[in-house]
Amino acid sequence: MDALLFFLFAAIAVGCAINLVLQTHPISSALSLVGVMGSLAVLYLLLGGEFIAAVQLIVYAGAIMVLFIFVIMLLNAGAEKKPTRNILRAAVALPLLFTLLAIGAFLVASQTPSTDVVKFGSFLVGGHEIGRALFTTYLLPFEATSILILIAILGAIVLARKEI
Amino acid sequence: MNFFLLSLIKTGLVAFVLLTTLAYLQWIERKVLAHIQLRPGPYRVGPHGLLQPLADVVKLATKEGVIPGNANVFFFLFAPFFAVTLALTSISVIPFGPEIEVFGVKTNMELTGVNIGVLFILALSSLGVYGIAIGGWASNSKYSLMGGLRSSAQMISYELPMSLAIAAPLLLVNTLNFRDMVNAQSGYWLGVIPKWNVFAGPFPQFFSFLIFLIAAFAETNRVPFDLPEAESELVSGFHTEYSSLGFAAFFMAEYANMITVCSVATLLYLGGWQPLWPSSLGSDFVAPLIHFAAAGMLFYHAGQTVKSRTWDRFSFPAFGVIFLVVGALFLVPVLKPILIPLFWFVGKVGILLFIFIWIRGTLPRFRYDQLMRFAWTFLFPVAIVNLLITGLLVALQS
Repeated sequence: MDALLFFLFAAIAVGCAINLVLQTHPISSALSLVGVMGSLAVLYLLLGGEFIAAVQLIVYAGAIMVLFIFVIMLLNAGAEKKPTRNILRAAVALPLLFTLLAIGAFLVASQTPSTDVVKFGSFLVGGHEIGRALFTTYLLPFEATSILILIAILGAIVLARKEI
Repeated sequence: MNFFLLSLIKTGLVAFVLLTTLAYLQWIERKVLAHIQLRPGPYRVGPHGLLQPLADVVKLATKEGVIPGNANVFFFLFAPFFAVTLALTSISVIPFGPEIEVFGVKTNMELTGVNIGVLFILALSSLGVYGIAIGGWASNSKYSLMGGLRSSAQMISYELPMSLAIAAPLLLVNTLNFRDMVNAQSGYWLGVIPKWNVFAGPFPQFFSFLIFLIAAFAETNRVPFDLPEAESELVSGFHTEYSSLGFAAFFMAEYANMITVCSVATLLYLGGWQPLWPSSLGSDFVAPLIHFAAAGMLFYHAGQTVKSRTWDRFSFPAFGVIFLVVGALFLVPVLKPILIPLFWFVGKVGILLFIFIWIRGTLPRFRYDQLMRFAWTFLFPVAIVNLLITGLLVALQS
């Protein structure tokens, strides 16, 4: 059951990711990205990370992507024009792409530990443990990230603000 | 019993009750609004318009569904489907009562008990904006687009105070699971005042409750925050171009969201199915007494019906008998542990839903800049201060 769900949602995630690149309209691309986020959340859930799955949905699918879609709708961006197809270009690019993917897959497979470490439902941690870890073990990275985000917000305000 | 069979039965039951409630909530809303405005409301179909929801369903289902010429067909059809799916899914994590035993089978009165119930609801409600935004955009009409844009901006803005307001009672109950949350709110101060989060120490969550309610009005696009569908400026906003079942889906989504939000407010702040005062002081008799009183009122009015309302002479006693039977059911010892908690839960949710309708009949709509200023410069800081005070007091107490 777990394996079935994993392959189903992994396939959806990859399909949405491919669709994201293939679509010509920005709204379609953005919604495909939402699909990727949602499938990833299900994969986290299968691993037992309920909290992470919910946060993935709330933050990425619910807040960041809504902002993307909001901006695209506000600017009323139209569909992009596809460049003309070139068979020669594709003949060179496709093998290169597959080689790159193969190298990447090989590196990831050789670096990751053996599969018996990761099992379905093996990361069953609740909100308590995550909160405690964030505010004790990982306090410094947590605070540094907060300051980084604060700086980013300030930067955005400074850039967006007109001369008074 | 088989897990799948049990889940199937519960799902069927909840879906049937929920969909019927959705249809009749609309009837109640029209009636309440009508009486606020001194008119009778729906009156033609059935006694006192009671069959109006049925007629509406038939009307909406048999109407022609128009797809505008320049609309993006896929997203135009996808948006209402998405909106109503999310809205109906969120009811699955709401517990309605304690663990019960029916025919020897022990089960919780809920569809599924996830450990992150609150976050699940927040995730679904934050995804709900897509239905409205995409619907408004795909219609390819300026009113719809404006409605969709307003809705996404509004929902992003009000999600913040809402999440911060929810965080404060979570500090008190120390769990994200709805069932544990309600169990943490059981018991009474001095034997009479319930330990609900609105009354709880060290810091009563009254402000948090108000912030949550205000944000909930905005999240469900209800008056006074119904700018996405402001009919006097945007025709009817994001669903201007929708007809037939597409329109019905958006409509259902709005009402289903209302029910979910009221249920969450009940579970977070009002103690779920915990009675208002202990059953040793007779709170178990509230439910039958209310039903008997309603039956008595109906019998009283049946005797003095107006001449023009000939129906009432037959329908009032019939409904009186129904109320009597329902009231008597609360006294049956076998059904008591099921029905009494359910009565308190439904009663609290019902009162909150009535407040939603009441405010729709009372308050005018906000202006757009007022809406945004209110969220960012008032609601958001108040929610933060409330969370800080609660956190400080909880830390000092432990």
